[in-house]
Amino acid sequence: MDNFTPFSALAGGSLIGLAAALLLLLNGRIAGVSGILGGIIGAIVPEATWRVAFIAGLVLSSVVYAASGATLPRISIDHSVGALIIAGLLVGFGTRLGSGCTSGHGVCGMARGSRRSLVATAVFMGTSILTVFVARHVIGG
Amino acid sequence: MQVLISLAAGLIFGLGLIISQMINPEKVLAFLDVAGDWDPSLAFVLAGAAAVSGLGYFFSRRRSAPLLAAQFDIPDRRDLDARLIIGAAFFGVGWGLVGLCPGPAIVALPLVGLQGVLFFAAMLIGMGAFTLLPSAVAPSSSHSPALDADA
Repeated sequence: MDNFTPFSALAGGSLIGLAAALLLLLNGRIAGVSGILGGIIGAIVPEATWRVAFIAGLVLSSVVYAASGATLPRISIDHSVGALIIAGLLVGFGTRLGSGCTSGHGVCGMARGSRRSLVATAVFMGTSILTVFVARHVIGG
Repeated sequence: MQVLISLAAGLIFGLGLIISQMINPEKVLAFLDVAGDWDPSLAFVLAGAAAVSGLGYFFSRRRSAPLLAAQFDIPDRRDLDARLIIGAAFFGVGWGLVGLCPGPAIVALPLVGLQGVLFFAAMLIGMGAFTLLPSAVAPSSSHSPALDADA
């Protein structure tokens, strides 16, 4: 637990919750990123516009964060090309098939007490923990 | 106006992902590695996010419509089907492999170079492959196709 950061986690989480509350109370929409992004594919134009705007906000967030003078966290991904492609395919297909991801099910769904989201969150938390366990402690050694 | 709100919501959402370090795959994998040097920080992200957005739902229940739109588009399905379970399981394996989920993958896109682009492209292809499923075009749920997704 060397890198335990509960306060920044809570602060960042609160901002995510605020964004979801704003989108709901003003626009009546769920802030589920996989649904918003996936919905652009094959969507009719009026239905796509707000989705594109939300995604644009996500993309711009690092620029705004850096412009505020804060230092962006250093991020490194050291996975093989194969792992990146398989993981991306699973995340993309899985979130659409399961109707949500960490934001849609994990945040918005749990917040409103959705039974489907509760089950989906339990399942993806379980399989992700199992995957890390196998990769790091069984295969990785 | 709705578009501006969406842009602002995406921006605030992204800032939350950066500040909480959700965009850092190493941080995510440390959270998921319960048998290793476990870092429980990200549980606080979920708790904070669910608590604040829970307030939003609380207030939304007292209104018949959102401030800027005609209606709330909130999924109302309660049934547990195989697609929900299998989809969530696939997503969990992918998330555990690299430590990126859709929101952070987008926010981190300008920061992580070619590997982030590769993951993002594969994610889009996965999403596109879903639309090729016969039942994905005509969802069985009662509401409009655009609302089939919970999220």
